[in-house]
Amino acid sequence: MRNKLRIGWFTFTCCEDSTILFTELLNTHWDDWKDKIEFVNARILKANNKIERLDVSFVEGSISSEEQADKLKLIRENSKILVAIGACAVTAMPSGWRNTFDEATKKEIQFLIDRYSHLKKVEPLSTYVKVDESVQGCPMNEEKFLEFINSVLKT
Amino acid sequence: MHQGTFDLTLDQITKIEGHASLTLRVNNGTVTNCTFEIPEYKRFYTQAVRGKKIQAIPQMVARICGTCSNAHLLCSIHAIEDAQGIQPTKQTYQIRRLLNNGLIIRDHALHLYVFVLPDLYNRDSLLEFDESNLEEHELVHDAFAIKEAGNLLAKWSGGRSVHAPSPTIGGFLTLPTNGEQEKLVLKLELIREKVIKIIKIFEKCEFELREDVLFSALHDDNYDFLGKTIITAENACVPARNYSDHLKHVVKPYSQASAYTYEGKIFIVGALSRMNLSKDGLHKNTKKGASSALALFPSQNIFHNNLAQAMEILHCLDDSIDILSQLEIKEEKPVPYKLKAGVGTGVIEAPRGTLYHRYTIDHEGTVIKGDIIVPTGQNQIAIEKSLWDFAQNNLHLPKEKLSYEMEKIVRAYDPCMSCASHFLKLKIQQE
Repeated sequence: MRNKLRIGWFTFTCCEDSTILFTELLNTHWDDWKDKIEFVNARILKANNKIERLDVSFVEGSISSEEQADKLKLIRENSKILVAIGACAVTAMPSGWRNTFDEATKKEIQFLIDRYSHLKKVEPLSTYVKVDESVQGCPMNEEKFLEFINSVLKT
Repeated sequence: MHQGTFDLTLDQITKIEGHASLTLRVNNGTVTNCTFEIPEYKRFYTQAVRGKKIQAIPQMVARICGTCSNAHLLCSIHAIEDAQGIQPTKQTYQIRRLLNNGLIIRDHALHLYVFVLPDLYNRDSLLEFDESNLEEHELVHDAFAIKEAGNLLAKWSGGRSVHAPSPTIGGFLTLPTNGEQEKLVLKLELIREKVIKIIKIFEKCEFELREDVLFSALHDDNYDFLGKTIITAENACVPARNYSDHLKHVVKPYSQASAYTYEGKIFIVGALSRMNLSKDGLHKNTKKGASSALALFPSQNIFHNNLAQAMEILHCLDDSIDILSQLEIKEEKPVPYKLKAGVGTGVIEAPRGTLYHRYTIDHEGTVIKGDIIVPTGQNQIAIEKSLWDFAQNNLHLPKEKLSYEMEKIVRAYDPCMSCASHFLKLKIQQE
């Protein structure tokens, strides 16, 4: 039997709608996937998580801090394929509302940006790493996601 | 033994909604610090809603949280309808109730099966249950069947189970299609025995942590999650729109979320509070099907939040079967309205507890100010109290075990960090 596909599911700044959609896809697809997929890292599903030798990493959310950017780079270094999941990962919106604020509103929230060491701007994943594939949508487009995962499972 | 001095840090609590961590500091056998931290980065929705037209608000604020999205959607719609003086039709109320029931079924099942059940069976993950063991095999498939039924109910009534596209101010943009009701009832009937099984499992579960805190929930006579009055265990009765007057914002500098007390007291919202305060309103079939579990309430055991959620799944299922059996969708447009200036409040019971939205709107329908109070912020202080008390009484445990048990307590509260990190409460944080 061929090795299971080693998968990681990560989230950064977002509402985790695609993560929820993904857990709902398990309702009808897990029987088909369970012999083909191994979750190496999925905080929502398990406690014992690693970032190593990942075949595919799905990354939801945008990047708001240096710390997140560093973790994203670590994921990239350890993943053969990195997939940006959902609008925030692909475009930094809607998590990045603050990028669009006028000067007065920016000034109003500045003390929090400073207190929690936010980056100056909320960024999409592609600002920091090479993104191999994207599944757009808010939440992610379910059909496109299934199309992608099925194509990887076939190869 | 850890009677001495040590630090315990758990950077990433798993099997919860979003990112959270906890820190414990023990000095000479006494807990000197215990913090539940929400490092989720703020997305500033409270600022982002300003200047936006009310028609755009519900879909916008649904994006505060993936799993509770339909609760934010409905709550913001209620707030805007309150400001505009809109009375939705009975059909709208029924479809919204089904949408909310679908959310409760799906979200509670995610929490109970995917987050909590592995702790009861000593597994790392539901997906690592032993499929050759009949009991564990069935539980995995029960989980998927119940979540899927909730999903289908939300999809039919709102168009999608996450960020439902159909609900709008005054009604629905797209109505559910007739002809599906019978099939949905059948799906719900098929999972009923599975739900009773999970109620039994949590009824027998011996996890226990008693807390002497205030319980608070939005109340109505038929447990519809959309009531009009807040009640507390002290029998206070507050009109929902005045709710925020009773809450005090408490700054937790290490957390990106806002914490609250209720009239200066530590309090809890969520399924445990609802069951403690409103169990008389449960569906009659639920009362019958879960009679021995029902007798355990009111309860101060924090872990009974899990049991209360399991019972709410059954209630939402029985309630939905009733509604669907009599509901024939008739064509109707959203209630028309003429824009006016004003302040509107929406309060609903989201899966994790009381959710509050308030908007100040000008005469052109532009939002001037928005306030949102989420369940996890209201529970944050109680979560820390439980962790602190447990740690102080269990310092004899090996560090790893202590950490694991504290993680279980956090899971029992079912916090949602996406919700908790959406905004800021400016006036206090500037102090």
